[in-house]
Amino acid sequence: MLHTINKSPFETTTMETCFRFLQPGDPVLFIEDGVYAVQSGNRFSPMIEALQKSNPLFALQPDLSARGIDAVADGVEAIDYEGFVGLVEEHQVNTWF
Amino acid sequence: MNIGILLKEGPYNHQASDTAFKFAEAAIKKGHHVDAVFLYNDGVTNVTKLMDPPQDDRNIAIRWSELSKKHGFEILACIAASKRRGINDDVLVDGGTITGLGTLTDIAIRNDRLVTFGD
Amino acid sequence: MENENVKKIMHVLRHAPHGTIYTYEGLEMILIMAAYEQDLSVVFIGDGVYALKKGQDTSAIGIKGFSRTFMALDGYDVEKLYVDQRSLEERGLSEDDLIVDVEVMNSEKIGQLMKEQDVVIHH
Repeated sequence: MLHTINKSPFETTTMETCFRFLQPGDPVLFIEDGVYAVQSGNRFSPMIEALQKSNPLFALQPDLSARGIDAVADGVEAIDYEGFVGLVEEHQVNTWF
Repeated sequence: MNIGILLKEGPYNHQASDTAFKFAEAAIKKGHHVDAVFLYNDGVTNVTKLMDPPQDDRNIAIRWSELSKKHGFEILACIAASKRRGINDDVLVDGGTITGLGTLTDIAIRNDRLVTFGD
Repeated sequence: MENENVKKIMHVLRHAPHGTIYTYEGLEMILIMAAYEQDLSVVFIGDGVYALKKGQDTSAIGIKGFSRTFMALDGYDVEKLYVDQRSLEERGLSEDDLIVDVEVMNSEKIGQLMKEQDVVIHH
């Protein structure tokens, strides 16, 4: 199951709530303000880098670009909207907001 | 693949409608069938033709209308949510329809995916 | 018997009632979907557990109360009501504080149920 997160973890607990219910192997896609979670060197980087050992992590490049984020945490893959669709081809979707 | 989209927020206030639109465009480009976009909560205000943003900004209702007509899918606004928010047949953009939650249930049942966008 | 035409649809209620309309309109959606004989479940996570709190009286805020509507879900054959244990405990609540009978589960179990779904809708 694909999980998407659209909230900054600095503002809400959406991301941490989502992570509690994740199953190993479930991909996570950060979109909209959710992409602030994967900016490298922030308070959440250790959590992100630990999670990518068990779950594939993605961030929507157009949302990263829009927010001036050019460095993401290790193991996070930037994808475009077609990449988003590609993940939806493979998985049912669980949209967290 | 057949895809239904559930959009739960109105235009401009949240990015949800923009992301849903970009997702729908990309899905169509990849050869998938977008079956319908169902609008719920404040999402029903995505289909009012009364919206009139500044000329250098996107018109979210017109943009959905054009995409839906080009690719033959419907923009469906929940009737109960619409009535609460002053959306009726008189203000609907071309391609928009007001319908019940049963239609959303049908969309959830008949498609391979139901993808929600909200805030 | 497993019917391949029946979809597993999970509704996730994550907002407190009254402050926003998400829970109330979520409940309206659940009641309609209940008529379609799908495999429905409703999960209460985070502030969503407050929707089930006993003793809500909205008469002085000018908003129609709806907590009793959760008691009607059983009559619509919506019997799978799951509450996230940690969300309940974090808020100093227990099962006795809730207006309906629910199954309290840990996040691991709820996460496994989520993964089995065809459709998940958050409210």
